[in-house]
Order: sequence, then structure tokens, then C-alpha cells
Amino acid sequence: MAEPHVLLIEDEPNITEAIRFILTRAGWRVSSLANGSEALARIEAEQPDAVILDLMLPGMSGLEILTHLRAQARTARLPVLMLTARGQGRDREAAERAGASAFLAKPFANGDVLDCLQRITATESARNA
Amino acid sequence: MARSALTGTRVRERRTALRLKQADLARAVGISPAYLNLIEHNRRRVGDPLLEKLAAALGVDVVALSEGAEGALFDGLREAAAAEAAVSASELERIEEFVGRFPGWAAVVAGRQARVGALERVVESYAERMAQDPFVLDSLHEVISAVTSLRSTAAILVEADDIEPVWRARFLATIQQESVRLSDTAEALVGYLDEVEEAETGLSSPQEQVEAWLEACNWHLPELESATRPVHESLIDGVPELASGAARALALAHIARAQADARALPLPAMIEALAALGPDPAALAARFGVPMGAVFRRLATLPPDLDGVPRMGLVVCDASGTLTLRRPAPGFALPRFGAACPLWPLYEALSRPMQPIRSLVDMAGRLPQRFLTYAFCQPSHPAGFDGPVLMEAMMLILPAPRHGDDAEAERAVTSIRRIGSSCRICPRADCAGRREPSILAER
Repeated sequence: MAEPHVLLIEDEPNITEAIRFILTRAGWRVSSLANGSEALARIEAEQPDAVILDLMLPGMSGLEILTHLRAQARTARLPVLMLTARGQGRDREAAERAGASAFLAKPFANGDVLDCLQRITATESARNA
Repeated sequence: MARSALTGTRVRERRTALRLKQADLARAVGISPAYLNLIEHNRRRVGDPLLEKLAAALGVDVVALSEGAEGALFDGLREAAAAEAAVSASELERIEEFVGRFPGWAAVVAGRQARVGALERVVESYAERMAQDPFVLDSLHEVISAVTSLRSTAAILVEADDIEPVWRARFLATIQQESVRLSDTAEALVGYLDEVEEAETGLSSPQEQVEAWLEACNWHLPELESATRPVHESLIDGVPELASGAARALALAHIARAQADARALPLPAMIEALAALGPDPAALAARFGVPMGAVFRRLATLPPDLDGVPRMGLVVCDASGTLTLRRPAPGFALPRFGAACPLWPLYEALSRPMQPIRSLVDMAGRLPQRFLTYAFCQPSHPAGFDGPVLMEAMMLILPAPRHGDDAEAERAVTSIRRIGSSCRICPRADCAGRREPSILAER
């Protein structure tokens, strides 16, 4: 079976590198993007199994990207793990309303990224089965 | 109406102050002197009709008799009691007895309660302002990003036993790099907060107080739209944001100017002109025959809910470059301390009086945003022909038109300026106008 593919949209290169390392070791194929403006085109082109999306991005915010994704039939149920800042309750509420599949507050434990990602993709797979 | 048990005492005080005999007052209100005597000794409650007659005969308001000067005192004591669970309901019922027996102590308790309320409002306004401060927000984001990166990278090094040497070296370098970033950001944040403390000495400046008041009013004072006579003090009575006399003086000057602007540019005509001409200050000034500055101020203080009219920011400076008014536009960071970015079109206007300057600007920041600005500088001669000429420059800040929305603006603007808020918190390392190094960590 082909390895699952996640697109990581995060503008902090060191965070991207750490997440890429963790997920790659767990059997994921990871592609990444450091700005929001190209996100929709990349998702359309790559059709990943899941997206990890930072809330604050240059070009287009994570919230705008998520809203666009949920408005398209093709990506309406794409598993999206939203990265928010700890303590920013309003951001989290806004992301929840926009349809995030799960949230992870920065700073996070490495195991939580993997757990969250596996949980939201498993839920979507079960729905499709 | 709530009736105090001390109403009778107040009737008696007022009557004796007027040197009125008990019998004369009793006759005037249609009761017997003996009954009035019972009332004055607080041994009979007074109904509303009789209270109104007594108030009329004594030449005072009903409220003055029913609540008296103690009304505020009672309110203060009730507020103090509500904040403390230690005061029982049975004690609350004896509040008038407390005031009657210990008026001095009652005033102290109520005064402390009022002071606590005022200080709580100050703390709330600080918390609100800090939560919106662009530098604090940027710094906290830097801290969270650095800590997230450190935590993940350190955990990888600790938990992954079989990590390849090349990855180990990269992650160690990341830890070093992020540690420096965290340390620099924390140092900058502490330095900034020290400056805030020094600059404010516990209270904001008069200008900030006025701006906080205007922000609370959404920068629009509807009372000025239909007023035919000057409205001054009534608009700022009891406004908590205007804590100092200097702030109230500035607020009164603002009101007088805004009222003159509202008369020169009446709201219905302004809305009609905006629909026909758009927010072009020069076209609006020509239509109404008013100075450009009046249009700038009017545009920035329109009602907040006008259809199709974006919220506009406004900055005003004098010839020294000091910002004398700062109405923020969403996403356009205004400096709280010190001078603004020297590349703002506002300052170009200052050096080219009477020449309108329309520009598209990119404001630096974590998420850069584009704005359309109109800048203009006009001289005034408040001390007469031979007096000093005073310059005032203004810059109106609008959201940048989306492509195709405003063809005229797109034609008029040939280049886009890259600006910031102020050097100290601007991340543009290669800026020709930089006065001092930025305290933002290099990204």
C-alpha cells in the first residue's frame, strides 16, 4: 500500500523540519509549503490525504484556506489538522467554525502531531468504508 | 420609586433652611402639622403624591428628597457589599442606619469602592491595549514559534536513538539558532515593556486618553450631526477614558472641530457625494467648497455602519512630525511611542504643502498588507498675517482596492511604497530610511 501523503503548510522552517522528520519516520510522505497564497493550488495539484495547516501564514491565512477548502465539494471533507497558538481561544473557535478536523496548540509534543494526524485520517477512512 | 427612611430628615432640613414653619408647610401640602412632624422624624413613610407636593413646596426635585445626596453613597456601599461575600443580607438592610450613625466611615468605604472601580477600568483598558499591541503580538508569536521548534527538536534528539549524524548536527544547530532567537525576542519584549512603563507612569498620555475615548465611540459622535448649538462638556461628562484635565481639553477641541466639519459636510449630503464620487478627498472638497482637511477628518469619523464605505484610518501630524491624531485602520500598525516610519506619504506631504499625494503602500509585518493612502498638508495662520505659519499634514488610510475595483486609483498610483510602523518594530532590514536597528528578531 502506498504511504499516506500529508501536505504541511507552515512558515517556520525549523518547525517544518521537525514535523517532517517525525512523520517521515512514522511512514508518511511529507511535502511542505511556507506560504498561504499557493496553498489551494498545491492541494489541488497534490491531492494529499491530509493537510497540516498553520493558522498564521503570509499571503493567505490558514482560516481563509480552510474556508475555501470546505466550500469545495472535492475538499469539503479533507482531513485538516490546524496549528494554533496556545491560549488563543478566539482563533481556535474561528477554526472550529470554519471546519477544522482537529487542532493542535503550539508548542506541542511530537507524539501529539502523529496521534492527531492518524486519528483524523482514520475517521475519514472509516466514513468512506 | 425606592424610598429612603431618611426622607423625613431631608424634608425637615430643607424646611428649616427655608425658615419655613412646620404649620405653614403642612398647610401648603394639605396635611396636619402633627402628621408632618411624624414624617420629619422618619416615623411615617411618605407616598408619591405627598412627596411630589412636598418637593414642589420646598422647591426641590423629588429625587433630592427621596434619595438625597446619600443616593450615590448608598450605591457605592451596595457595590462594595456586592464585591464582598462577608456582608449578609440582614446587614445590607441596615445600610441606612450605618450611613446615619457613621457618615464619615460610610463615605470612606464608598470612596474606596469608587477608587477600586476606577482602577479596575484602568487595568481592563491596559489589558485590552496590550492584547492589541502589534509589537507585543508579534513578539509573542516569535516566542511561541521558537519554543515550539525547540521543544520538537529537543524531543527528537532525546527520543530517537538511531538518528543519523547529519540529522543530529542539523537539529543541534536548530537548537542553537532558536535559543538565540528566543533570547533576543525575550530581551526585546522586556525592553519594550520597560519603555511602556516609563512612558506612561501609570496613566496613558492625554492624546491616548482622547483616542481611547474616540475608539470607544467608534470615532463617531452622532450628537454632533443634528446639533444647532455648540455641544461641548455634555459629551464628555463622566467619560472614564478622559482621566486628566489635559485629555478633556483635547477632547473639547476635537468636538468643536468635528462639529464644524459636520456642519460643513452634512451627513446626508456626504453619503450622496460618497456614492457619486467615492472617497476622493479632493473631489469631495471641491463639491462642498471646504478645505481638504475637513474632508479627511469627516471621512475618518463617519458612522461605522455606512454601506459600502470602508473603515478609514487617519493620522495627523504637525510640522515637527509629531503625530497629533491616530485613528488606526485595521492592519495598519501605528506606533505608540516615538516617531513613525519616515517613508509614510504623510511626511512627503509635509514637505510638499498643498500637493495631494495618493499612494499604494505595503505595510511591513508578519502578514504584510496593502493600503491606499491620501496625504495632504495645509498651512494655517492662527495668529494672523504676521504670526507663525503652522503646518498640518494628514494621511487617510483605506484598504487597497482589489484589482479592477478602482481603475482611477490604479492609474494614478504608479509605484508601491514599502513602509513600516516605526523603525524600532519594523522588520525591513534593508530599508534606506532606517533610523535605528529593529528590536524584532531577524527572520
